Amino acid sequence: MAFARIQLPPSVKRGDAVEVRVSIRHPMETGFRVDDDGRTIARNTLKSLTCRYGDREVLRASLGSGIAANPYLRFHITAVASGDLVFEWIDDAGERGDARAALVVAG
Amino acid sequence: MTRVGFACAAGAAALGLALVAGAAPAASRSGIDYAGADVRAIQADDAQNPGMLWVDRGRALWNDGPRACAGCHGDAASSMKGVAVRHPAWSAAARRVVDLEDRINACRVERQRRPAFARESEDLNALTAFVATQSRGMPIAVDVTGPAQPAFERARDFYATRRGQMNLACASCHVENAGKRLLAETISEGHGNGYPAYRLEWQAVGSLQRRLRACLYGIRASLPPEGADVLTELELYLAWRASGLPVEAPGVRR
Repeated sequence: MAFARIQLPPSVKRGDAVEVRVSIRHPMETGFRVDDDGRTIARNTLKSLTCRYGDREVLRASLGSGIAANPYLRFHITAVASGDLVFEWIDDAGERGDARAALVVAG
Repeated sequence: MTRVGFACAAGAAALGLALVAGAAPAASRSGIDYAGADVRAIQADDAQNPGMLWVDRGRALWNDGPRACAGCHGDAASSMKGVAVRHPAWSAAARRVVDLEDRINACRVERQRRPAFARESEDLNALTAFVATQSRGMPIAVDVTGPAQPAFERARDFYATRRGQMNLACASCHVENAGKRLLAETISEGHGNGYPAYRLEWQAVGSLQRRLRACLYGIRASLPPEGADVLTELELYLAWRASGLPVEAPGVRR
């Protein structure tokens, strides 16, 4: 079950700067913490997060242990044409996730 | 296993407080009013509020499966509106006070014929947050009369009774010293209207019972298991104390 949230303006005009906001459910375990029994909790952060808009990659990020759990990112893209924003990520445990949202561009 | 965390900070044992048993505070202030501007801003903006991740997941669960919640209850925006303001409530079927989590699990077992969610599981918290969000902004109004009254009175006594190695009652902090400082924290009136809430300390959405257990851990009292009657009844008493405060779920707390 997808556990991410992408927020876009409902409708934008071609050429507009569009604010994209995404939050992802992830523990972002630093690898420095220990559990109740004193064992180290293995590091598990989002190693790579990418966003494609149409056939172009518009964001590539490496989120390390300095980012809090459930990361929230905000960035801007230029509206070119209607299409999907596709986010894909992979964490240190090798688990992949993806989420998409449709951007509707008028005019 | 759920870590309850150290929340009701230590150090208040020496304060030596008198108790006003069960008296509701004259002026009720939601916990969010005690929070800093940054926390208030996160709660106010659904785009930033991490609790909305759970609400989204709850919405997916609402529509999930062959006997989905939506199959009977339809659109939660209308059918679940106001449900959170009247829970916890007496359940004639269970013959005990049930909170929203219990109510969801009862429906899941009896109507959906699926295994109950574990208490404090991500799915149960997500579905509870989703249901509670439908009552957002509505004033809390629980029924503490009739069959619920004995439970209410037990919880009122629990609230006023000193316990744990710190020898503190709930009321020692949240009635007698609300608004004062406890180390870096301002003591709130201890209302539950933001729950299920995203606590920055937990980095997750948790139930009010998890918060209550964290407070009991803080005063070094014995911890009732999750879902225990004593906690559910305490939730009822807290809801009565918070009468009139708006439901904020999913709230954001430190």
